[in-house]
Amino acid sequence: MILKKDFSFYRHLFTSTFSISAFTFGGGYVIIPLMRKKFVEQFHWIEEEEMLDLTAIAQSAPGAIAVNASILVGYRLAGFWGAMVTVAGTILPPLIILSVVSLAYTAFQSSLIVKLLLRGMQAGVAAVIADVTITMGWDILKRKKPLPILIMLGSFLAACVFNVNVMLIILVCAIIGLLATIHDERNGKAGV
Amino acid sequence: MLYLELFWSFVQIGLFSIGGGYASMPLIEHQVVDLHGWLTMQEFVDIITISQMTPGPIAVNSATFVGIQIAGLPGAIIATLGCIFPSCVIVLTLAWVYFRYRNLSVVQGVLGGLRPAVVAMIASAGLSILTLSLWNGAGFSLSPSDLDWGAALLFIGSLFVLRKWKLNPIYVMLAAGVLGLGFYLVLGY
Repeated sequence: MILKKDFSFYRHLFTSTFSISAFTFGGGYVIIPLMRKKFVEQFHWIEEEEMLDLTAIAQSAPGAIAVNASILVGYRLAGFWGAMVTVAGTILPPLIILSVVSLAYTAFQSSLIVKLLLRGMQAGVAAVIADVTITMGWDILKRKKPLPILIMLGSFLAACVFNVNVMLIILVCAIIGLLATIHDERNGKAGV
Repeated sequence: MLYLELFWSFVQIGLFSIGGGYASMPLIEHQVVDLHGWLTMQEFVDIITISQMTPGPIAVNSATFVGIQIAGLPGAIIATLGCIFPSCVIVLTLAWVYFRYRNLSVVQGVLGGLRPAVVAMIASAGLSILTLSLWNGAGFSLSPSDLDWGAALLFIGSLFVLRKWKLNPIYVMLAAGVLGLGFYLVLGY
């Protein structure tokens, strides 16, 4: 898709990443469902599979997943300057919020209202991730290809039940995908 | 000089925190508590707690917090920039490689293996947040009295409106927060 890179495009890019980042509670992965909703479902700027690829790269590179993912999305949409815009949008909310909070952090930390508000929001965050997982997981299941389904279930068990390091899971799955492609190409079939 | 030290410290934190989130905690502790003494251990524990209550990556949050404590707002900005600098360089390089070579069958093969794994990682992260939410930090248990019924209702309600009407997730999270606050204040917590 060719996007018009005018001022309004950059403004949209900035406000989107800014509002997404302001709501990335509970760890880096929360940003992925939010970005997916915005850039894949709402704006149709990025394709579904591409978003998964960008997530895999964001996870494999050093640094925070949220920052890495926003760099990738920005670069995908508008090159280097796109990445600078999304990265600014991503780091400004925590920078502003933490600067304010640090002025009175003991009061903030012991505030009952904040605590209860966050307890409710946590349930909402869990629902957002569950929603995206159902959509993406179903997408893989309905294609009825055994290898991706096995990889998905295997990695889920490895991460959730056996607490295997995420980097190791990524590495093993990359090798499996590579070997499957080499094997299929020798037999003259399409890849995974 | 202090600015340079801050910047360099957080460059190292950004560079070596692979896997994100909690993997970066010992690194941050080493740099800001052990090596430079910018924070006490208690302040460091506080910043981790606050990080869990505020949006944003732990590394960026602690960069802002440490920066502001020792060198004011410019310190916060410099530390944050240091923290994301390695990401910018490495991820931009990877992005360039990805968009140039993603059509090669070898690259497609690797990505084909990674995509289902990424879905599993997101599911796993979601499950741990769900467990945290439904049992209020106490861990999974089968006894109904341990379950946070308010959170369970909010979870099911939020999931329903997200699937049925595809509402903006940000509004859903905000609404869950406000409803939760009202619920716990009225019915006890």
